[in-house]
Amino acid sequence: MNASTAPEELVPDSRGYFGRFGGRFVPETLMTAVGELTAAYERLERDSAFHAEFERLLRDYVGRPTALYLASRLSAHVKPGIRIYLKREDLCHTGAHKINNALGQGLLARRLGKRRLVAETGAGQHGVATATVASMLGLECRVYMGTEDMERQAPNVFRMRLLGAEVVPVDTGSKTLKDAINEAIRDWITNLDTTHYLLGSVLGPHPYPRMVRDFQSVIGSEARRQLMEAEGRLPDWIVACVGGGSNSIGIFHSFLESRSVKLTGVEAGGQGLATGLHAARFAGGSPGVLHGCMSYVLQDEDGQIRPTHSVSAGLDYPAVGPEHAYYQDRGRIDYVAATDSQALAAFDSLARLEGILPALESAHAVAHVVEAGKSLPEGSIVLVNLSGRGDKDLQTVAREKGFTPATGTFAPRP
Amino acid sequence: MSLLTDALRLAVARGDRAFIPFLAAGFPDQETSERALRAVAVAGADAVEIGIPYSDSLADGPVVQGAYHRAIERGQTLSRTLEMVGRLTRDGFPPVILMVAYNVIFRVGLSRFAALARAAGASAVLPPDLPVEEWCALAGALAEHGLDGIRLVAPTTTQERLPAIVGSATGFVYYISRKGVTGVQSELPEGLEEAVRRVRAASPVPVAVGFGISSPEQAAAVGRAADGLVVGSALVKALDSPADPIGRVRALATGLRVALTGLGPLPPSTP
Repeated sequence: MNASTAPEELVPDSRGYFGRFGGRFVPETLMTAVGELTAAYERLERDSAFHAEFERLLRDYVGRPTALYLASRLSAHVKPGIRIYLKREDLCHTGAHKINNALGQGLLARRLGKRRLVAETGAGQHGVATATVASMLGLECRVYMGTEDMERQAPNVFRMRLLGAEVVPVDTGSKTLKDAINEAIRDWITNLDTTHYLLGSVLGPHPYPRMVRDFQSVIGSEARRQLMEAEGRLPDWIVACVGGGSNSIGIFHSFLESRSVKLTGVEAGGQGLATGLHAARFAGGSPGVLHGCMSYVLQDEDGQIRPTHSVSAGLDYPAVGPEHAYYQDRGRIDYVAATDSQALAAFDSLARLEGILPALESAHAVAHVVEAGKSLPEGSIVLVNLSGRGDKDLQTVAREKGFTPATGTFAPRP
Repeated sequence: MSLLTDALRLAVARGDRAFIPFLAAGFPDQETSERALRAVAVAGADAVEIGIPYSDSLADGPVVQGAYHRAIERGQTLSRTLEMVGRLTRDGFPPVILMVAYNVIFRVGLSRFAALARAAGASAVLPPDLPVEEWCALAGALAEHGLDGIRLVAPTTTQERLPAIVGSATGFVYYISRKGVTGVQSELPEGLEEAVRRVRAASPVPVAVGFGISSPEQAAAVGRAADGLVVGSALVKALDSPADPIGRVRALATGLRVALTGLGPLPPSTP
């Protein structure tokens, strides 16, 4: 890592803290396992054979580098004279950035001698990525998924089954990503000897937030190089959606040191912050512990985790990665929210203007650029992380738009 | 020396082992929960563990999770739980251990939570998701209010970690009998006795064993090595019954009490 791309401070520290966030808050039963995982990861970091294998598979299997695309019609639609680039993570094998991390951790699990992967999934993209990597590496795979998410992301459930993974419905609590993580951790506690928990975002106990960030930082390092080639300069503004926060940390990480680049994370505003039906942790949350780390959490005054809402399953989660909390505290990254209807409108815009159907998660980032990009000065360069594609969301969008297949018409609900 | 440590030592001095029943506060409803807690105390508990319902309890299996969710749905807040603990401890109740997710303590505030627990008459606090590395601040807050902080040791705890956990333990050390979550199991894990002896040898306070133990036979077997036994899911399950839940809880608690009685002296711990 050279000086121009180094993080502004070496985080996390050896205990997994990003300032006051992060750490390890897990039952004692897991502590030896997370300690061993940390040691193994630190060894691999210095292992050039591992890096060579990871990079080879990112190229030959995932299809990296992914394209950087100048979205001219979208740019003109937002504000004439600006240039909006899309980092096309939707073109990765399996359709989202999640495969970068699944591949890295899959290779790590194999080196640890584990024969079984467990994972949680919300939108299903991480579950599909894990099932894919398990198949490619010859490992068993079990994915926990909330029953509400199974319904709204049905195509991904089918994909995971086709890839040979077992999908376990989780019917407890909010029946979404949060509860799927609870169950995946319980599985891991019970099957430590054989199993690696392939956590899909920059969450959980140390070393996960750091490890997942490192595997995803390929997004930003590629985009930086590609933009320098295309424009000869850095972007003015980078925008990405934030659920747990892995695609956003992935693209932001190579730019943290570059102070001229404004970084914005877009959370799920759901039906509006005032309704309470959202997943905007920075706007509506407070510091707390969930799933093994200290971060911003949506919770009540007793510390009970509050239910969340978003049209996109991947953003429908009550906590955010600790590194995000750290950079929010330091003022390096701004966090805003886009509502369900703004995201659906952005989905339409990208489809009609650029011929790209984005994942509803990524549509939140586009929505914010459509909204706030109007006030950018002429000549501004904007980089948006298009973290995934929208195939998995077609059913949800059809329902939202009142689509009738027999007539091919839309009847928007009032 | 704490009341809780004394209670466990006293049981062993009698030739018994300490019986520590666990129930979820507010399950199946507020009134039945309070009656069940009184019933297990009368059945001869040496200490009582009360679970503060939490939406996302990582170390719990389906029985305790289900009980927590139902209690929360029925409006079991932290203040209701503490009020109930206050009523129970007013006279002649065994020492109370509050099992509580760390986020609840953190959200309320470490010192404020300790003060509230103390005011309710609790003797100890047990956060199942707080490893020893993160204990420092809470240990201070609990000590300030005269409360014990119960620490857990797992089958996966290495010999290197053990001294850091038990070295400054208060009340008793909770040994988790198996790799897994709470819930009834038919067999005791292999090597349990040996593992408990290892922990006991390192610990300045008594060692109680929990997770997956439900039958009087299992209880007596655990009593060969441990100072005490925690039984939770089996009691919670017994309470989840339309017909005479209190009677069923009382019967199970009495059976366990008998099984843990008259086991003779506990072999001295050998390092």
